[in-house]
Amino acid sequence: MVNIMETEVLDKNMLYTYLEEIKDPEVPVLSIIDLGIVRDVKLNADELEVVITPTYTGCPAMDMIAATIKIELATLGFRKVKVTTILSPAWTTDWMTEEGKRKLKQYGIAPPNPKQHICSGDLFSEETIQCPQCNSYHTHRISEFGSTACKSLYQCDDCKEPFDYFKCH
Amino acid sequence: MKNLIDYILHLADTTLILAQRNAEWCGHGPVLEQDIAITNISLDLLGQSRNFYQYAALLIGGDCDENKLAYLRKEREFKNLLLAEQPNGDWAQTILRQYLFSQFQYLLFQQLQKNKDEQVVAIVTKALKEITYHVRWSSEWVIRLGDGTEESRERMIKAIDELWRYTGEMFVAAKYEKEIGIDFYLLKEEWNKKIKSIFEEATLSIPENVFMQIGGKEGTHTEHLGYILTELQYMQRAYPNSEW
Repeated sequence: MVNIMETEVLDKNMLYTYLEEIKDPEVPVLSIIDLGIVRDVKLNADELEVVITPTYTGCPAMDMIAATIKIELATLGFRKVKVTTILSPAWTTDWMTEEGKRKLKQYGIAPPNPKQHICSGDLFSEETIQCPQCNSYHTHRISEFGSTACKSLYQCDDCKEPFDYFKCH
Repeated sequence: MKNLIDYILHLADTTLILAQRNAEWCGHGPVLEQDIAITNISLDLLGQSRNFYQYAALLIGGDCDENKLAYLRKEREFKNLLLAEQPNGDWAQTILRQYLFSQFQYLLFQQLQKNKDEQVVAIVTKALKEITYHVRWSSEWVIRLGDGTEESRERMIKAIDELWRYTGEMFVAAKYEKEIGIDFYLLKEEWNKKIKSIFEEATLSIPENVFMQIGGKEGTHTEHLGYILTELQYMQRAYPNSEW
């Protein structure tokens, strides 16, 4: 197996391409790059360090993501990989890539709205969410909390499909 | 340093115990969506408590870790708010407990965002995003029940009667809290204002002249905590060092 660590030049972009292959176990269409949780990749003295930030503090997928990063990079020949978790700056859905939002919608999950016009603690302030199935804006919220911490539950008033909305954060 | 560690443990314990209480609803919620909501909130709180425990363990040093802090401390060592350990009761009581706490936590964490400790700032900034949803969800429920049917209203009034006595403690500084830099006067004033506006919307009144029970922050708890810990710590006590 080629030990990439020993090559002279380590291309960061190439590393990001590898990380692109690692998916969020709860939303398998999204890579960890799409999600925006990879904050940095560093080459320390003799190890590769991947810095990630959690989406939600209690997100059970984080441990699995950290383990997968180590396994995937190990199979590529990176013997020493360290995964560091940082909390600051706090993750926001604004870091999700456009590509990620497109993939989410295709998967049937409404992508997060841009953060500036919502995310407030105001009562009864419902966001307008577009149905990922029929593109209608006539939708209503069924529940603030959905199948995972990052989603809430909506239903379309036109095509009647219930759907998940990746809530802005 | 001792004060800071104790304070972080207080934040960790409160979120852990309330997470544990909310998790008791798993599979028992009044409807599926709300069952999912309350357990999602439980998960957020558990995540926050893990962050606090991990940081406390780091400050304590040695072989201390988050599991030891959560699973191997005794009742008297826990510093959680009394409010967090109160039983779920009915849905009204659970909702009210969540609202009174989330509203407090929201305002407290806003103050802590200006704290001099960087890691505390990082944890609370992250948590505030989640708490925003908790406040919104729980206050909407307080209004729905308070201004709902005759029965839901009665249950809400009973819940207020049951829980109000545990709210005073939030604004009385424990020994270790004195140097943290929290303006308790401001906190209380802001909290009262928020609660008043939601209660008004819910056609509920704030009780007056209630004797306030304190002690949780200093380790003197209601009898409920012992039972919670018995269940929570069972595995580690019965099978020390067991891992998943």
